[in-house]
Amino acid sequence: MPSRPHSRAVQPLNPIDWLLSPMALCLAASMLLALPIKMFGLRLPEPVFAMAPAFAWAVLRPSMLPPLALMVLGLFQDGLWGGPTGLWPLCLLLLYGLAFSVRRVLVGEDFWALGAWYGAISAVSFAGGLLLMTLRAGEVPSLLGLGLQFAATLVLFPLSWLLIDRFEDAAGRYR
Amino acid sequence: MSLRDGPLSDIKPPPAWLAVAALLLVAILSMALFAGGRHGDAVSSARRGTDGALGAAGDVLSTPIRWISDLGDMGRDYVLAGTQNNQLRKELATAKAMRDENAALREENARYRALLGVNTDPPLPRVFARTVLDARGPFANTRIADAGAERGVVEGNPVMSENGLAGRVTGVAPRVSRIMLLTDVESRTPVLIGRTNGRAILTGDGGANPKLAYPRTHDAIREGDRILTSGDGGVLPRGLPVGVAIKGYDGGWRVALDSDASPIDFVQILLFKDFSQLVPAAALEPAVLPPTATGAPAQAPVPTAVSPAKRSMPTGQPAGKAP
Repeated sequence: MPSRPHSRAVQPLNPIDWLLSPMALCLAASMLLALPIKMFGLRLPEPVFAMAPAFAWAVLRPSMLPPLALMVLGLFQDGLWGGPTGLWPLCLLLLYGLAFSVRRVLVGEDFWALGAWYGAISAVSFAGGLLLMTLRAGEVPSLLGLGLQFAATLVLFPLSWLLIDRFEDAAGRYR
Repeated sequence: MSLRDGPLSDIKPPPAWLAVAALLLVAILSMALFAGGRHGDAVSSARRGTDGALGAAGDVLSTPIRWISDLGDMGRDYVLAGTQNNQLRKELATAKAMRDENAALREENARYRALLGVNTDPPLPRVFARTVLDARGPFANTRIADAGAERGVVEGNPVMSENGLAGRVTGVAPRVSRIMLLTDVESRTPVLIGRTNGRAILTGDGGANPKLAYPRTHDAIREGDRILTSGDGGVLPRGLPVGVAIKGYDGGWRVALDSDASPIDFVQILLFKDFSQLVPAAALEPAVLPPTATGAPAQAPVPTAVSPAKRSMPTGQPAGKAP
């Protein structure tokens, strides 16, 4: 799987590059997949795009900005999907908090190890969402639907890897 | 003296501490929003604005996709014209037989109504709309339709596809409205089982087939029983088609929704006024509780604490004429 190209010149971390650009891409991608389109008779998947940068931001460097960015992304998801306000910010912050708490372990890991961590932490985040919605609605949401959304989100890990790989050198001093 | 020169100028908290502080602050704020509710007053106006903007963006983005889809449909219709023609002929023959039967039943019903003096409901006005955004995850099953308050849509209006009930309106902006589908995990719909006239609550869970919860019927539910809206509680009109009963994978009864039989890209919003729209919720609460007969000796009446708003409300006013 991909190796880390260390020949790249070290550039300083610019918030527009490592924070705002991924945010804008997440918003656009979520919007596109929310269109009522069917392909080959099937509806499009509905992954939680914001989980990929949330994981990467926690690994890259400690900063005050990612929690704020995740709140914006989460509120956008709530508005777009019509769920209860605050649900997706909480899920994203749970993922970010968990990844941040094990950051020292994650830094420097290879693609597969980080992918496994991403899967485990995003599973906990989805479980948190399941718990919150069960408490709120008094009904356990469909586990099949949850599994499908989790699987679609898991597939997004390479995006998280790309973000980590691109800015890892610049974030080196925060290790 | 500026802050830079003060005694705190040397304190530089580690970035990790600042990150944790921001995380906690934002988490507390998110929890407060979540506890505030899906339709809380504080966020409802913001959500209306968001729905309006998202609906407009969705309309623009879905237009080219719709054109491509229409072209595909035209091509398919051209290729399958012969097959479709045969199928339509069969359907027409069936429909003609049903038309004659319906005419006889209509005439018979009219006589019964005249005999019984029954006042039937007038036909419901309806608005046709196209859905422009679609959420289908486990935690929310909603759509945004391109008809809103400007066309008379209000919260609570039932939404039908061409085959059956699809959901109801839960948020209205001037040009768009948010539809909560029957499959949403927070959707609860009072329904009746057509064969037995028994009642149940159709409970969404984010899956394709909502559950039939709390069934109350003298005869057991059977596979294929027709499920209709019961009209209980006045939230929806009675008799709208919902689907048929099926056994779920968990052994419980679920409903295969009629609205799933075709795409719900186009919907009709029934401008039905439920009871909660006709009268303020406060007016439905009794100002003074009725006396209870316990057999105990009569006592002096205990003064009841009544809010000023309720005290000023005229008594004996018909519910339908309340503002």
